[in-house]
Amino acid sequence: MGGGVAYENDLNFKATELRLGLPGTGCTDEEQAVSGAKSNKRPLLETREERGAKGKSDPQHDDQETDPAPKAQIVGWPPIRSYRKNSLQPKKAEAEAAAGMYVKVSMDGAPYLRKIDLKVYKGYPELLKALENMFKLTIGDYSEREGYKGSEYAPTYEDKDGDWMLVGDVPWDMFLTSCKKLRIMKGSEARGLGCGV
Amino acid sequence: MNYFPDEVLEHIFDFVTSQRDRNSVSQVCKPWYKIESSSRQKVFVGNCYAISPERVIERFPGLKSITLKGKPHFADFNLVPHDWGGFVHPWIDAFARNNMGLEELKLKRMVISDDSLELISRSFANFKSLVLVSCEGFSTDGLAAIASNCSFLRELDLQENDVEDHRGHWLSCFPDTCTSLVSLNFACLKGDVNLAALVRLVARSPNLRSLRLNHAVPLDILQKILMRAPHLVDLGVGSYVHDPDSETYNKLVTALRKCKSVKSLSGFLEAAPQCLPAFHLICPNLTSLNLSYAPGIHGTELRKLIRHCRKLQRLWILDCIGDEGLEVVAATCKDLQEIRVFPSDPFVGNAAVTEVGLVALSSGCPKLHSILYFCQQMTNAALITVAKNSPNFTRFRLCILDPTKPDAVTNQPLDEGFGAIVQSCKGLRRLSMSGLLTDQVFLYIGMYAEQLEMISIAFAGDTDKGMQYLLNGCKKLRKLEIRDCPFGNAALLMDVGKYETMRSLWMSSCNVTLGGCKSLAKKMPMLNVEIINETDQMDISADDEQKVEKMFLYRTLAGRRKDAPEFVWTL
Repeated sequence: MGGGVAYENDLNFKATELRLGLPGTGCTDEEQAVSGAKSNKRPLLETREERGAKGKSDPQHDDQETDPAPKAQIVGWPPIRSYRKNSLQPKKAEAEAAAGMYVKVSMDGAPYLRKIDLKVYKGYPELLKALENMFKLTIGDYSEREGYKGSEYAPTYEDKDGDWMLVGDVPWDMFLTSCKKLRIMKGSEARGLGCGV
Repeated sequence: MNYFPDEVLEHIFDFVTSQRDRNSVSQVCKPWYKIESSSRQKVFVGNCYAISPERVIERFPGLKSITLKGKPHFADFNLVPHDWGGFVHPWIDAFARNNMGLEELKLKRMVISDDSLELISRSFANFKSLVLVSCEGFSTDGLAAIASNCSFLRELDLQENDVEDHRGHWLSCFPDTCTSLVSLNFACLKGDVNLAALVRLVARSPNLRSLRLNHAVPLDILQKILMRAPHLVDLGVGSYVHDPDSETYNKLVTALRKCKSVKSLSGFLEAAPQCLPAFHLICPNLTSLNLSYAPGIHGTELRKLIRHCRKLQRLWILDCIGDEGLEVVAATCKDLQEIRVFPSDPFVGNAAVTEVGLVALSSGCPKLHSILYFCQQMTNAALITVAKNSPNFTRFRLCILDPTKPDAVTNQPLDEGFGAIVQSCKGLRRLSMSGLLTDQVFLYIGMYAEQLEMISIAFAGDTDKGMQYLLNGCKKLRKLEIRDCPFGNAALLMDVGKYETMRSLWMSSCNVTLGGCKSLAKKMPMLNVEIINETDQMDISADDEQKVEKMFLYRTLAGRRKDAPEFVWTL
């Protein structure tokens, strides 16, 4: 189309090389210098990290690290009216709402398990309160650095990969989709999970 | 011309209908200004904050019909906080107090309360038409007021509004004496309606030509309605789930046979595809088909339906039609002018159409000039082909669900593809782009898109140059909206006078700083530069180096608005 642009002046084989993974990932310094910072991925990341820091729940920015195709939801993308978005999902949403999301809750040392419906809780504080009530214990306060301080219990959950995770690290919506069951760990095992993990 | 009596001039001006033309007429000389202003009946206000209602009333005392738009376009996508503004009440209030003979009101992206609806219904004896698009703030109680009090109501058209539904009695509020309805669209209402009242209303409305039902109207009622309104031109089917062998279905087929005038079809909000054959009867006459709210219609049933629609000019569809389905459209609908392909599963982000469908449409439909296309992927080669096949595009909106995805085959940015589009489509007025895009695409747009009036950009560009190319090149630009692009103060402040030639500029998640915005506001007193600050992290005396999350600026004769909420600062 006429007119050279900075990054096209070199025979930039790297740019035309077929690779798996998105452009911008695995970028060398040389490429960056030539292309004048092909930084289209960065605004996306920056924005979502900024948003994460501000505490908005929409972007599940963890996905960016684990999943090369950013299927995580960006605010306002795809650009369709909320009316339309909502009208396409009502059946699904209704069905899910009706069905509830029951997961087993076990507590170390308890004779039997319980079940709770995660859908009735709006967020972590409510869930933890409910667990405290159900098992008559205190769970303590969550901090990213130290897990649950001030109690000998730590709430954990088994995720889709089968790993035991500390409750509270990921955004609530992400937790809802990945939690398979809950376990309230007690004593030394709990403390092990809380520190330096 | 000054020896013509005013009445003659006025009569001549009656033939000038477009607002732009009338604006030109009014600028010729003072007498023409006076006559044109006093005789103008219809006004379009693209930004309700650009001018005060009092000023509009003063200039156009004979005003009968007004269109008002409120929130910025990106409000549709949840980028504008809920209480940002767009309140219509001051306008209604001003019109009522000044005894304006208002007959038609059309609102888009505005907030209208039940009180305002009530005020409308009581203040304007000749009120005939209410069209609300993407509005909110009202309930079915407000609709009841309109129904009860507007004796000559011709049109009640509710498109995609967020309406609080108090269940159904509003329809019964149309008095028995109301027989003037021409158009009734309540498809967006979520609640039940009084079905018997609906049937009676249709029966006593001989002029009814357009009727769009909501999901609460079942098949047997639809059949009754069609029997009483065989002259319908535009039909929105509500709920369409039924056993095709039943008597009701057969009655429906009989009723549809009588509906020879239906040219526009929509709805099918809950649809069993096996019942569609009943509509094959009217497909050959259809010029407009909207199945974008009918996820239940796809596959072979959908393709069968499309194959009957040879006269289609406008098609709104979901992407579950697939590339294959679009090929059927391309083969069948040779008169197609506008197509919109929406994503059927926006949350998962797996669109079922690709560049293949787009190319098929451009090859098969020579009259195609307006497209909105949500797709999985795109290639430069496809866009270049489309540009060659279809130089007549006036509106071209492409949305790749993964917003920074490169050419699916070559992994290159899509600059060349979009460049081809703007170079070939000399009449292009509206453009939305997505995919991996560098500054280069903006160079092309600035160079070639001479008629471009509105452009939407997301996750594109590398440096300020991108935005600068755009502002420099597109002389007719009116609306520019940008999100998540690396454009900063250098671009924003390059040509501040430009913004007075435009309606508005939106920039969110870019690199403009508070200092840059302040500087712009200082230089341009005729602009409202609004900062939307949602997170309380910024305060007005804060560091000017801080980036602004959301900025919306617009030209205005009304000064800073008085209804701005706490989180909106006008600099």
